[in-house]
Formats: sequence, structure tokens, C-alpha cells
Amino acid sequence: MQAASDSPWRIVYDVRARAIFYQVACGLAVVTIAVFLFHNASENLARQNIATGFSYLWREAGFVISQSPIAYQPADTYARALLVGILNTIRVSALAVVLATVIGTLVAIGRLSSNPLLSRIMMIYVEILRNVPLLLLLFLCYAVIVTSLPPVRDALRILPSVYLSNGGLVVPSVRWSDELSWIALALVVGIAASVVVSRALRLRRVATGMERRTWPLIAGALLLPPILAILILRPSLAVDFPELGRFRLSGGAQLMPEFVALLVGLTLGASANVAEIVRSGITAIKKGQWEAASSLGLRRSMSLRLVILPQSLRVIIPPMTSTYLNVFKNSSLAIAIGYPDLVMVSNTTMNQTGQAIEPIALFMMVYLSLSLSISAFMNWYNARVALRG
Amino acid sequence: MQLVKAELAPRMERPRENLGPRAALAPYFGTIPNAIVTIACVALIALLVHRSIQWLFVDAVFSGGPAACKTGRGACWPFFSDKLRFMVFGFYPYDEQWRPITALMLFFGACGISMSPALWGRRLLAGWGVMLVAAFVLMRGGVFGLVSVPTSQWGGLPLSFMLSFIGLAGAFPLGIMLALARASKLPVIRVIAIAFIELVRGVPLISILFMASVMLPLFMPSGVTIDKLLRAQIAIILFAAAYVAEIVRGGLQAIPKGQYEASAAMGLHYWQMMRLIVLPQAIKIMIPPLVTLFIGFFQDTTLVVIVGLLDFLDTVRSSMRDPQWQGIVVLEGYVFAASVYLFFSTIMGAYSRFLERHFRMGHD
Repeated sequence: MQAASDSPWRIVYDVRARAIFYQVACGLAVVTIAVFLFHNASENLARQNIATGFSYLWREAGFVISQSPIAYQPADTYARALLVGILNTIRVSALAVVLATVIGTLVAIGRLSSNPLLSRIMMIYVEILRNVPLLLLLFLCYAVIVTSLPPVRDALRILPSVYLSNGGLVVPSVRWSDELSWIALALVVGIAASVVVSRALRLRRVATGMERRTWPLIAGALLLPPILAILILRPSLAVDFPELGRFRLSGGAQLMPEFVALLVGLTLGASANVAEIVRSGITAIKKGQWEAASSLGLRRSMSLRLVILPQSLRVIIPPMTSTYLNVFKNSSLAIAIGYPDLVMVSNTTMNQTGQAIEPIALFMMVYLSLSLSISAFMNWYNARVALRG
Repeated sequence: MQLVKAELAPRMERPRENLGPRAALAPYFGTIPNAIVTIACVALIALLVHRSIQWLFVDAVFSGGPAACKTGRGACWPFFSDKLRFMVFGFYPYDEQWRPITALMLFFGACGISMSPALWGRRLLAGWGVMLVAAFVLMRGGVFGLVSVPTSQWGGLPLSFMLSFIGLAGAFPLGIMLALARASKLPVIRVIAIAFIELVRGVPLISILFMASVMLPLFMPSGVTIDKLLRAQIAIILFAAAYVAEIVRGGLQAIPKGQYEASAAMGLHYWQMMRLIVLPQAIKIMIPPLVTLFIGFFQDTTLVVIVGLLDFLDTVRSSMRDPQWQGIVVLEGYVFAASVYLFFSTIMGAYSRFLERHFRMGHD
């Protein structure tokens, strides 16, 4: 033993020395690879006369973007084009998330129905959509819209003032005015007020033990500010209804077929996942919870709200977060059918400037920061509803 | 007073289950809303079946060329007799297509044999290695008198299976290393692993594929070029590794702490502990989610279309864009591709459920 501790090999068996050695080796390996790649890249770029850096962002983009939520001309900068791409990505994924949640929940309820026929149909819906690649679904939606729908002049009227044709979807639009902004602000105030009121009511319930009807007060807090704002401002609501003319549709908001195909594809694909998550969340709650709640004298609606849902949410939220993030990331498939999202704008930028590294790094940063912030928010929310103690 | 009954209770008949047409129909027509739902469902099914049969058979065109399909209103079957081999094998030389067929058969055979958990072991793993080398030699050629076929001519279904299978197989050891690194006590190693996993999981697969196809050539020393297919394959392996690492992490966390402590008490060092005690138990837990992950990757490899590789979805699409058929065949190809993906994914999904049941029974 004495000999071993004195030998120069002792350090090889020392746990702390080994830990330091491994970490330094690992860190050095990563740094070496990074330096090697960086060196190669700068050499290659210099040889091919490709500019580096982000100065291209302030140059004129010069390409047309077919759909944009903000004003954009080809004379604008690459930075603005990129912003349009980001907004397009957010718009389509936010809409898809909302629609998929609604449809998926309905499908889950249908799947749990006591009617075997309905639950079987919903099961087939879920299985088909989960087992077909999303890209194929997008191609299929796009092909159906472009080739199987009637031309614009015979557009299908699926709802009053909503027209569907191979030129996309046309819906009524609201002309935004200052008064509407104030009413939107009042709505935000109302939401804040209702949160405060419901908290106060809950605290009183906990303190007194009296169960009172609370929803009229909460609804009042929610609706009063916007109603007041409408009464005071008396806005003239300017809705732009589409008109079907002889050859084309005029007015309303025109949504391109690419947008509609992407939205439908993303929504269908995600709705199947949402349905599975909601179903497993509901079935995870044991029947005894219902029975215990009703033996405590809670009404069915109250036991759902106070006993069942809080427990289901705990099961539902983590997988739901990853489904939402997947919708957001999958919206990048837009490039395959030509919807000008973040990736497609970056791709055009890449082709025009010849710079590959910067646009890819930029759009990866955008995805990364948005997905990290969404998952941080969902983690916070999940921690709120998680079991305490 | 007698508190205990002395005689047996009278023997009673088992309650009769209410069988018969009324009971059988109760879940469908028990209540009025239920009856409405049933009728609506029947109507929906009838409509869908009617429309499908109409499109697939009644209105369909069974013979003739593109001209015949142009006038017909239903599905165009001649399209498949003309294009099926291209859709399945892409630009692989026509006379050599027995080779991808054999390679696919070898692959499916190996998959079929590996389905039984009783056979899992080192010998099976070695068999897989031999099979993959054989399949690669078959596809690539250049030896044993086989004509050499460059990877740029590979395509279709063999390519899809190759990208997804090798992707996950290559990602597996990498994912295990990443998961072990993430669970490590050494901060530098842990931070590197976390950064890699979160970075890859936070961005879409497309961006990694773009990186591989556009950025990777810039990062190589001058004169070094990597095959396009290999670049996409590396991208898929790296992407899959981050997801495998999260599954492995779940598996590692499920192993009770006592197992680690017991193996430390036996005097095993870190790698012995992982290889002999922890991983063999964790892998059992990991396999069902890994199969589910594989189904996802089998579908996600379709994204290589975007960087210009001819996988199955792309060969189907190119067939439909063939000038001869363009505008005439608009849905047939997609419906066919969807059924192929549906077929394979459903088999794998059923297998994943079987494995879950199997392991649950093995444990309890």
C-alpha cells in the first residue's frame, strides 16, 4: 500500500485528477474541432470570394414575397424580408396550434364515446394521420387545393362570405382602426380584472368555506371594460366582405393556397397527436376520483372542474408542449410547397447572396430561441399545476 | 339465539346476461342522441366507401395510356404499371434492380427474425452487421463482378429504409454516450452534452439537413468532398442521436439507485457498471419508445426531398411530374405513397404495442 501511494502512477488512479483530465480532454477536443471547422470555412470562403458577416441584412432584398402580414416591397432590406418570414411562420403555427387543440380535443372525446362506431371512426382518423408523413400530407393537401377545387370564378361558398377555390381561401376581414386598438386594450384590462376577481373569490371561499355562485362576477369583470369602451367610442365596424364577381373575388382577406395547404396539413397532423394526449390524460384519472368527488357532494360539473381537470392537466401538459413545439418546427416544411416562411426566405437569401452560414445560423437561432422560450413558459405553467409537497 | 346460520344458503342461478339483439344494439341505439350519432356515422362511412369504390374501380381507367386517363374521371391504374418500378427503385439501373430487391428482402428478413425478443443477443447483432455489409455491397457493386452503381443513382424505398434504419442504428451508440454524458458528474462533459441535445432538439430537421447539404462542404478542408447521400445520412444520425439520448436518459432514470450502489459495492468501475448492470436493464425499458421513434424517423426521412435526394416520396412525386403524366395523374401517386407509409408504420406500431405488453408481462 505504501509503495502504491508513493509511486509516480498514483496520480493515474486519483479520482479527482482523472475527472480533471477527462474534462480538459473533452473540452479541448470540442475546441479543436471548432477551430478546425472555422479555419476551413474561412479559407474556403476566402478562396470562393464569398463575403462574410451580417452586413447583407441591410442590403436591398430584391425578391417578392407572395404573402406578408406587414408591408413589404422587394426594395426593402433582407432584414425586413426575414422579419416577414418569422411573422409568417408564427402566424401559421399559432393558427394550427389553436385549431389542432380544438379538433384534437373533439376527436379525443369522440374516441372515448360509448358509441363503438364513433370511437372506431375516431381511432381510424388518429391512426391514419399519425402514420402518414407530414410532408406527404402537405403535398396531398396542396394537390387537392390546386387541382381538385374549382377555379376562382366558380368558388365554393363554404360559409356565408367564405369562399374556397384553387386560388386559396377568402374570408371577411376587419379594417383595423384606432378605436379597435382601444377596445382590444380594454379587453386585456378585462382579462386582468377577471383574474384578480377570481383570485379574490377563491381566497374568500377558502377563508369562509362558503360555495357561492362566482361566475357572474368573473364574467362581469371580464366583459365590463370592453363593453364600456364600445359604448364610449362607438366604433364603426368596417368589415370587408368578399364579393364574387364574374372572374375573380374582390375584397376580404385572401389566403394563398400554400397557406391553406400548410395550415390544413399541420392542423390535421397535430390534431391526431393532441387527440391521443387528451385521451390518455382523461383515461389516466381513475374512476374512484369521480366517485370520491360525488360522495363529497360535488356536482358533476364541479367535480370535473375541481377534481378531474386539475389532475388531467398534469398528465396532459408536458406532451402537449412538445406537440406544440413540433407544430412550430414542422411549419418549416412550408418550403416544400412554397409558403414564404422563415426557412424559405432564408433559402432565397442564401441563393441570392451566396452566403450560406449566416442565414442558416440566423434561422436556427430564431427557432432555438422561440422553442426554448415556449418550453420555458410551459415548464413554468407545468410547475404551477404539478403536485406540491 | 343463534348468530351463525346453520344451513347453506339456497343455490341461485348465475344472473343471466341480457343477450339478444336488443342488448347488442344498445350501445348504438340506446339513447336518442346515440342513435343520431350512429346514423350519422353510418352515413359518413357509406359516403366514404361509395366515393372510394367509385374512384378506385367504377370510374377508374384500367388500360391504355395517359390519353385514356385524361378522359377518365377515376383512378388511373396504367400509371402504376408504367411507373411502379421507378417509384420503388428510382434511377437504379433497370437491369440491376434485382439487387435492391434482394437487399430489401435481406433487410425485411432480418427485421422479421429480430422481432422475437427471445433471439436478442450478440449473435443477432453480428448477423445484422453481416446483413448490412452484404446489402451495401449488393447495392453499391464494384466487386464480385457486380456493376458499380454510384449512390447518386440510389433511390426509392431502399433509400428511405436505409436513411431511417442506419440513421437510428448509428444514433443509438451516440445517443447512449450523450445520455451518459448528460448524467455525468463532470460539469464540462455534462454542459457539452446538454448544449448538443438542446440545440438539436430545438431546431427543425430541415435546418440540420440544410446544414449538412450547404454548410458542411464549406467546413471541410479544401479537396475533401463527402458524398451527398452520406451527408444527409450523417445529418439524420446526429439529429436522431439527440432524441435517442432523451429516451436513454428516461431509461437510466428508471433504474433504481440501489443497482448503482450495489454494483459500486461489488467493486465494478464506471464502464463495467454501465455495461454489465445498468444498460442491460435500461435497454429493456427503452425499446418500445425507440420503436415509436423509429416510426417517426421513417416518416421524417421524407424531408431529404428538400435537399434533393430521391427517397420514396420524391420518386413518387417525380413520376407524377413526368411530362407524359403531368396534370393527368394528380392524386394517385400520393394515395399510393400514403398507403405504403401507412402499411409499414402500422406494422411497426403493432410491434411496439406487442413489445410493451411483452415486457410488462415479463416484469410483473
